[in-house]
Amino acid sequence: MEVRVQNIRKEFDRFPALHDVSLGIRSGELIALLGPSGSGKTTLLRLIAGLESPTEGQIFFGDEDASKKSVQQRNIGFVFQHYALFRYMTVLDNVSFGLRVRKGARRPAKADIRKRALELLELVQLSGLEKRYPAQLSGGQRQRVALARAMAVEPNVLLLDEPFGALDAQVRKDLRKWLREIHDRTGHTTVFVTHAQDEALELADRVVVMSQGAIEQVGTPDEVYDNPNSPFVYGFIGQSNCLQVDISDGDIRFEGRSLGLNAEGEPDGPAQLYFRPHDVRLCESAENCIAGQPVSSRRVAGTRHIELDIGNDRPHIEIELPPSEADRLDRNRVAFKPTRWKLFRS
Amino acid sequence: MALGLTLTWLTLLILIPLSGLAVRSSALGWEKFWSIAFDPRTLNALRISFGTAFIAAIVNAVFGIILAWVLVRYRFPGKRIIDAMVDLPFALPTAVAGIALTTLYAPNGWIGQFLTPLGIKIAFTPAGIVVALIFVGLPFVVRTVQPVMEEIDKEVEEAAATLGANRFQTIFRVLLPGLAPAVLTGFALAFARGVGEYGSVIFIAGNLPFKSEIAPLLIVIKLEEYNYAAATGIAAIMLIISFALLLVINLIQSWSRRRYGYGA
Amino acid sequence: MALDTTVQPVKLRSVTTEHRIARFSLIALSLVFLLLILLLPLAAVFVEAFRKGPGPFIQALGDLETFSAIRLTLIVAGVSVPLNLAFGVAAAWAIAKFEFKGKAFLTTLIDLPFSVSPVISGLVFVLLFGANTWLGQWLSAHDIKILFAVPGLILATMFVTFPFVARELIPLMQEQGTADEEAALSLGASGWQTFWHVTLPNIKWGLLYGVLLCNARAMGEFGAVSVVSGHIRGQTNTMPLQVEILYNEYNFTGAFAVATLLALLALVTLVLKTLLEMRYSAEISASRRH
Repeated sequence: MEVRVQNIRKEFDRFPALHDVSLGIRSGELIALLGPSGSGKTTLLRLIAGLESPTEGQIFFGDEDASKKSVQQRNIGFVFQHYALFRYMTVLDNVSFGLRVRKGARRPAKADIRKRALELLELVQLSGLEKRYPAQLSGGQRQRVALARAMAVEPNVLLLDEPFGALDAQVRKDLRKWLREIHDRTGHTTVFVTHAQDEALELADRVVVMSQGAIEQVGTPDEVYDNPNSPFVYGFIGQSNCLQVDISDGDIRFEGRSLGLNAEGEPDGPAQLYFRPHDVRLCESAENCIAGQPVSSRRVAGTRHIELDIGNDRPHIEIELPPSEADRLDRNRVAFKPTRWKLFRS
Repeated sequence: MALGLTLTWLTLLILIPLSGLAVRSSALGWEKFWSIAFDPRTLNALRISFGTAFIAAIVNAVFGIILAWVLVRYRFPGKRIIDAMVDLPFALPTAVAGIALTTLYAPNGWIGQFLTPLGIKIAFTPAGIVVALIFVGLPFVVRTVQPVMEEIDKEVEEAAATLGANRFQTIFRVLLPGLAPAVLTGFALAFARGVGEYGSVIFIAGNLPFKSEIAPLLIVIKLEEYNYAAATGIAAIMLIISFALLLVINLIQSWSRRRYGYGA
Repeated sequence: MALDTTVQPVKLRSVTTEHRIARFSLIALSLVFLLLILLLPLAAVFVEAFRKGPGPFIQALGDLETFSAIRLTLIVAGVSVPLNLAFGVAAAWAIAKFEFKGKAFLTTLIDLPFSVSPVISGLVFVLLFGANTWLGQWLSAHDIKILFAVPGLILATMFVTFPFVARELIPLMQEQGTADEEAALSLGASGWQTFWHVTLPNIKWGLLYGVLLCNARAMGEFGAVSVVSGHIRGQTNTMPLQVEILYNEYNFTGAFAVATLLALLALVTLVLKTLLEMRYSAEISASRRH
């Protein structure tokens, strides 16, 4: 089921949570709403669900205007950060709840409900636990029950609100992989909210980067990582460094010196140069390069992260090098230049 | 030192008197005990005490849930005052409640005068006892249920809605089962209170033996006749039944805690 | 796709509340129920007391027997409450700050007077001190009157009101833990100093709360006191008992006049209780709400 959000504006008591947000979600895709707190991502999710109603704008499920429908009528599946399982029901009753509350003709036979619930429990790898109560399960197990429960109603779209936020790091990693597998198997249109960019990049077909109630960029993980279209996105996704530079005649100049980087077509004037720590190469001399003094060196997984002081009270630059290269560095002076970068104007 | 003091005090004040009761009861001997227990007047008094307390506790359970819901989840003018007033039966002396209720429900009373032409008698019948016990037991269910209701996770309600449940289904299938232990506790407390209630009942009851005589009153009557044996016997029976009830309630509560975890 | 941006979206009712009509009905139902069960009786007390005008009301209160009933109530409460206060604190202190066997038993014992009918509470004292027990005979031989005299009233009142202070303080002190006291002791304070300067200030609002409830019950107790008092007019009648006597004599103005005083006591108790709960909820109890 494809979902379309059109010119949505949401205000809570005068506080603007979302300004004029429009988004198209393709049927069957796994899309992430990514942003820091206050960006409006959870609000947007809840608007799609029908748990809130927009101040202005519309939401379409397929061709139908869903804005007039109550949350019960939209047939969505929602997974909460803190699971929201029904404590006084067994796991089986939790999962089958959505089917049991259907009225009249839409309600399947008792045996069918049970069968479907057990199938889903098997899908989420919790077979055998159907008679347990939520209090007897671990956090990861509870979240899987919550997901099975949401899927039981064959939802038009699955909505997950920071689904792994309350779990341990290791459990989080395992469940991420597992969520992707489930999605590939079932093919539900899935929207999930997260503030962890590594999670979004790892899981999603497309990422919607949000900040302060507006969408900054929508794209595949590669696109938002390699081609961020704003300083916010550049800084939020992955590590980044930022240098104040001056453009003059298609040449990027730092502290009066040319960096030898091609900025043809860019208008003259001050700008910000963004680059990632791992997109650098070392230079033999300081000519056409940025020079700095190493301040610290940390080993992170397979690389070394080196912090450089480039003088004039500027924020330190961080670069990443393979350990072999890092070890051969001069203790007092390192010169480098970015291999990939992006320019933004203030 | 504090421990010693406490133990001495408790022993003197509570343990000795109560064991006195136990000793006296056992001194009766089984035969006498049974004859007291199965004396028709005693049986009727017990029936009336436990029966009216049960009905009153049920009424208080139903209205207690409604009251707690309204107080916890809605906003309306004067809510604070209403919330405080729920504790009135705790604070008001039972004799005062007794005469006030009688004035209201007597055949020519404030309310009674409208009911008499309809043939409805409240004062001087078991119905009057029930009304008095509703008054006395009102706070119990409300106060035990309120904290549990406040803890209800809104997300659970939202989850039920996302799964297609309407408001009715959410309340009855998801929320109320969670309140059951608290309601049960409140019911038990109201019931226990109602069984032993004296001051607020004796004015409105009419106290006719076999009709509207409650067990505590029978105890007092036997005492005034210096029939200590009978008084002790009836008291012992009441205590045994109440104790059994408390035990059952406690068991249900700990079973519920084990299964569903803490928090209600 | 034609955009219809002028369409105002439908405002959906919040998922976690009911239809307005349902809410209104529930509130109305609750208010009617409370009016009928709580407010009407309260109103009846005041109305009936003043039915014949303020004159007879004042007269009734000035009646000699009534006056001594008021005095007796004050005496009984004045002795029972402070004593129960002291021992309630001691009991809570022992339970909250120490580990020992039989703690659960002790706690159950403290709760006992709550679950027992007031008549039975009175009965146990009659059985204990009655003329046909060895204790009773010993007492009468020494001309000490307990039953049917003020000491009996005090004892019975203490029995039924004992739990109030203790029950209030035990969870509070348990929640507060022993850290503060241990710190004081390690700094060299004696047990008594620790209690007075560290423990007591921590529990003062909970204490006040417990005393408030204890007092309300002490002054209003009827069943237990009725059994041990002997109903000797002018001597062993507390205010609630006096209400009964006046009412049974059809002296309604008198009965309701005394009842008015008790009702006012109840209202003052409620107000103070609510104030304490509002301002000091954290200091009152681990489990108190509002």
